Formats: sequence, C-alpha cells, structure tokens
Amino acid sequence: MMDWAYLFEISLTGVAGGGLYSLAALAFVIVYKATRVVNIAIGEMLMAGAYLFFTFAAMFALPIWLAIPATVLGSGLLGAMIERTMIRPLLGEPPISVFMVTVGLGSVLVGLVEVIWTADQRRLPEFLPAQPIMIGDAFLAPKIFWGAVIAVIFIAAVLLIFRFWRGGIALRATASDQAAAYSVGINVPRVFSLAWVFSAMIAAVSGIIVGSIGGISSSMGVFGLSVLVVVIVGGLDSVLGALIGGLFIGLVEALAGAYLGGEYKLLATFIVLVAVLLVRPYGLFGTHEIERL
Amino acid sequence: MRIGTLKETYVADAALFDSRTQKIWLVVAGALLVLFPFVASDYWLYLACLVSINVASATGLNILTGYTGLVSLGQAAFMGLGAYTVATMESTMGTPFALNLLCGGVVAMIGGLVVGIPSLRVKGLYLAIATIAASFITHFLFANLSFTGGTGGLSIQPASWFGLPLDTSFRIYWLIVPVTLLMLLGAANLFRTRIGRAFIAIRDRDISAEVLGIPLLRYKLLSFGLSSFYAGVAGGLWAYFFRVVTPESFPLLMSIFFLAAIIVGGMGTILGGVLGAVFMTMVPELLKFVFDLIPGGAGLTVFLSPVRTIIFGLLIIGFLVFEPHGLAEIWRRVRRYFHLWPFRN
Repeated sequence: MMDWAYLFEISLTGVAGGGLYSLAALAFVIVYKATRVVNIAIGEMLMAGAYLFFTFAAMFALPIWLAIPATVLGSGLLGAMIERTMIRPLLGEPPISVFMVTVGLGSVLVGLVEVIWTADQRRLPEFLPAQPIMIGDAFLAPKIFWGAVIAVIFIAAVLLIFRFWRGGIALRATASDQAAAYSVGINVPRVFSLAWVFSAMIAAVSGIIVGSIGGISSSMGVFGLSVLVVVIVGGLDSVLGALIGGLFIGLVEALAGAYLGGEYKLLATFIVLVAVLLVRPYGLFGTHEIERL
Repeated sequence: MRIGTLKETYVADAALFDSRTQKIWLVVAGALLVLFPFVASDYWLYLACLVSINVASATGLNILTGYTGLVSLGQAAFMGLGAYTVATMESTMGTPFALNLLCGGVVAMIGGLVVGIPSLRVKGLYLAIATIAASFITHFLFANLSFTGGTGGLSIQPASWFGLPLDTSFRIYWLIVPVTLLMLLGAANLFRTRIGRAFIAIRDRDISAEVLGIPLLRYKLLSFGLSSFYAGVAGGLWAYFFRVVTPESFPLLMSIFFLAAIIVGGMGTILGGVLGAVFMTMVPELLKFVFDLIPGGAGLTVFLSPVRTIIFGLLIIGFLVFEPHGLAEIWRRVRRYFHLWPFRN
C-alpha cells in the first residue's frame, strides 16, 4: 500500500528544492547561451557568493537588506574579473580549453575560500521566516518553501530582464547569431562580460539560499554537479530546459532519497543523465545542432 | 624540423627514435632509472613509484583525449575498476600479479567500452559530463557491492616475485617502472600504426574521418577501451603500491588531475603526458618543501592544502592562457635552441 500523503509531501519538497536547481541552472545557461562556455565552476561560484554573504552579514554584521545587494554586487564584480582574466584571452580557442579553465577556476575558488574562511562548516544568519508551511495536509520545511519562493521571484525577474531590457536583448541577439549581432552594432565582447556578471549574480543569490538552508562549507561546490546534470538534461542552451530540468532533478533526488536512501540521490540523478543522453543527446529542450563539413 | 639527419627510407622516417643524440639520451635516462633506487631515499622512491603510476594513467588518458579528442572525466573510475579487480583476485584467488594486472586492465577496458558507447551520439563536453556519471556509478558500486568490502574497502597482500614479496618502495619500483615504460613504448608505437592514425584523424574532424572510411564507432570505442586498459593497469599498480583500495581512493578530483596533467604537459604528445604527470605530481611535494623553508612555518601548515588547491587551479589556467601546448612545447623550444648551440638559434 502506497502512502500517497507521504509521496505528495516528498514530491513537494523535491519540486521546491528543484526551484533552486532551476535558478542555478539559469546562471549556467546564460553564460552558455551567450559565450558557448561550459562553466563547470558554477557550484564554486555559488559557494563564493554564499561566503561573500557570510562575510557581509555575519562578520561585518550588516543588516540583511544591505548584505544581499552587497553580495550580489560583489559577485558581479567577481564575474567580470573572471571573464576579463581567464575567459577573454581564450576567445576562439577550442571549447575543451575554456572548459578546463573553468575547472581550474573552481579549484582556485575552493582554495581561496579555505585560505580565507577555513574549511569548517559555517552557518549563515537566519533570515527566512521559521513558521512551518502546510499545503493541504503536507508539511513543507519553511526554509525550503521560502527558498523556492525567492528562487521563483528571481527567475521571473531574470526572464523579464532578458525580455525587455536593452542589454538583455543584446544578449539574446548574440546568443542566436554572433556575426549578425556584430553587424547590427552590438558590442559582443561587452555582452560576454555582461553574461558572466549576470551569471555570477544569479549564482550568488542561489548560493545565499542554498547556504541558508544547509549551511556553507568549502565543499558546497558539489551542488554544482547536480546543476550540471540539470542543464545537460534540459539542454545546455535552453532556458525552459533549465527550469523544467531543475524541477525534474529536484523531484528525482527527493524521491530517491526518501524511498531508496540518501546514498542513492546522486546515483539516481546520474542515471537519469545517462538515460537522457542516450535518448536525446542534446538534452530535452536543447538545440539539435546539425554538423556540416 | 631537425637539421643534419638525412633519411633515405620511409622506415627511417617513421622510426620512433631517429637520431643518435636521442638514442644516447635514452640510454642515459635508462641508466639513471636503473641506478636511481640504489641512491635515493625511501621518500624519493615512494614519489618515483607514484609518479610512474600517474604517468601510466595520464598516457592512457592522452590516447583518448589528446589523440582522439574525446574528453573524459572518468579516468579515475577506470583506475578504480582495475584496482578493485586486482585486489579481489589477489585476496581471493592469489593468482600471480602479472595475470592480475592484465585482468585489471581488461575489466577496466570493458568498463571503458560501456562508457564509450554513447560517444558516437554524444559529443564534446556533453560526453565529458556523461563520463562524470561513470565515476559516480562506479563509486556507488564499490561502496555497495558485496565483494568490494563496502566503504572500508579491501586490503591486499603485496605482489610476490618467485616468493619474494614486493613490499617496500625499493622492491615495487622494479615492478611499477618497467610496466610503465612498456606501456609508454606501446603508446608511442600505437601512433605509427593504422589505428593510431585513425585516432588522430577522428580528433581533427570526426565527420571528415568517417568520409575517409574510418568506422567512427569502432575506433572511438577502441580508443576508450585502450585508454581505460591503461587506467586499469595503472589502477592495479596503484593497488599493489598502496595495498589498500577504498571507494574514496578514486574520486572525481583524480580524473580532473589527470586531465590537468595532460593539458599542462601538452595534449597529443607522448612526452607531454609524461612531463605533465611528473610535474603535477611533484608540484604539491615541492610546495611542502617551500613551506618547510619558510621560517615559523609550523603555523602555516593549515594553509598547505588550500594553497595546493589554488596552485593546482592556477597551473591549469596559466598553462591554457600562456602556453596552450604545454610543457612539451617548452621542451621542444629548449631542444631547438641547443640544437645548433653555440651558433645562432
């Protein structure tokens, strides 16, 4: 006999947690769409954002409403720095080189965090409301619920920005055809910077949420592995794919964790990944590129 | 192009070692490798064995990534397959080590073939991330199968050579280094054959290669198989060297290490794989020396591990930005400079 109420509760938690994956995946997809760079350091950028927030909110004891914008700005600066020093010099190099640079970047960020803040686990100051949330009969942990709400708000904001803001339109134009974007006068290198800045900012926001749910540590970057699975499943260049893939992977992880045991979580996501790659190698919503000689 | 080496036949042109200088240096290097264990301390012998294992595995990855152009982040998983095979065979059946190593290689090769199947449809970085899946699935298997000893892993007896247990760094050196040299020679020769040329053609443009009549699936799988065979044998050596294997012995970070090694060394050259593996293994040790030299370094030792992580990342970034062809290219420049030395270069 299956316990439907339990299943509903688990699924709800999974989907709500998946909202975070969607947000982080969005950060990844923006960079990929605009610059064709697979940023494997997305988890580490998230971690850097969370630690920046920790510095502002806990060490400098700034109020939350000041600490969050400061973190977002600081992360944007970090994104710009990364783009200028590591990604820009490799324009036109084979994708694997750029990919490896982001691998190195991840390593550098982890090392820096350990040097500055040590490898110990830390807790972020509590700022999410703590009343339990009941949806029907199902209980939802308040942090996860509010995390999901913030994620949804930010996703909506990002989508609106890319729909209506000049810079967002320039970014979408560059993504769809680089040469054409150049010829209508879009400053493509600046768009590249913009994509990295935005991506770092979004990553920082999701880092703050992830950190306030589960605490922060220098191994937080593991979250990025699940994000990679999300974007591969959804399709590297698809915003819709990132959103749906995030919810889907969140659901799969929650179900595997509840019914099979915690050690099955990553296994389940990676089996989903392999299955999707075998059926649709370019992801569920990704563009199927046709190669020509 | 080297000056002063006239070649009159194709055989001479395709020869692995083409000049007298090269042969002399090889003899010198060989002699040094033979003499090394008699003069070096235990610590240096330990390092030499570790370097040698890493060279073997990095060369395997170089076949796949450097020569065939298929990026893989699963090399450590295949090493794990080899290591577990060797550990299981050694402790349950007690078969001779040569057979165990071979079986370790073959099991890893089968694993590699399975992982390689999607490589026909999945390309580039999608493939790289698919191979991460392999590394998580093998980790799960090692931790949960009945005969792999769970999270505690397996500990194994030292390899024995006619009743002599190879239980010290000095003794196992004579197993590890020759096996690695043999594998290096094999890899170097591979790229003088039809198969190796096919790999290179696939790397340069796989669709063109197929148009030229190279069956893509067969050669991509072959490349995966060969590469993971190397990883499996290296993993087997690793098992004999550390004599305990656990699921945590072969993390994703190790796969990244090997990819970093061939990038730093120079992709697509045998020498690059060797130089990269030596360099990347030695840098953390050098860093330890530097930390020991700093006065009052006792309080700084907590920073050793994070600084290693940073240096590791900076090396990858630095080489990709400033020297994309790696150490092998630097070596070539140095060699060219000395070729006509002391005349103008």
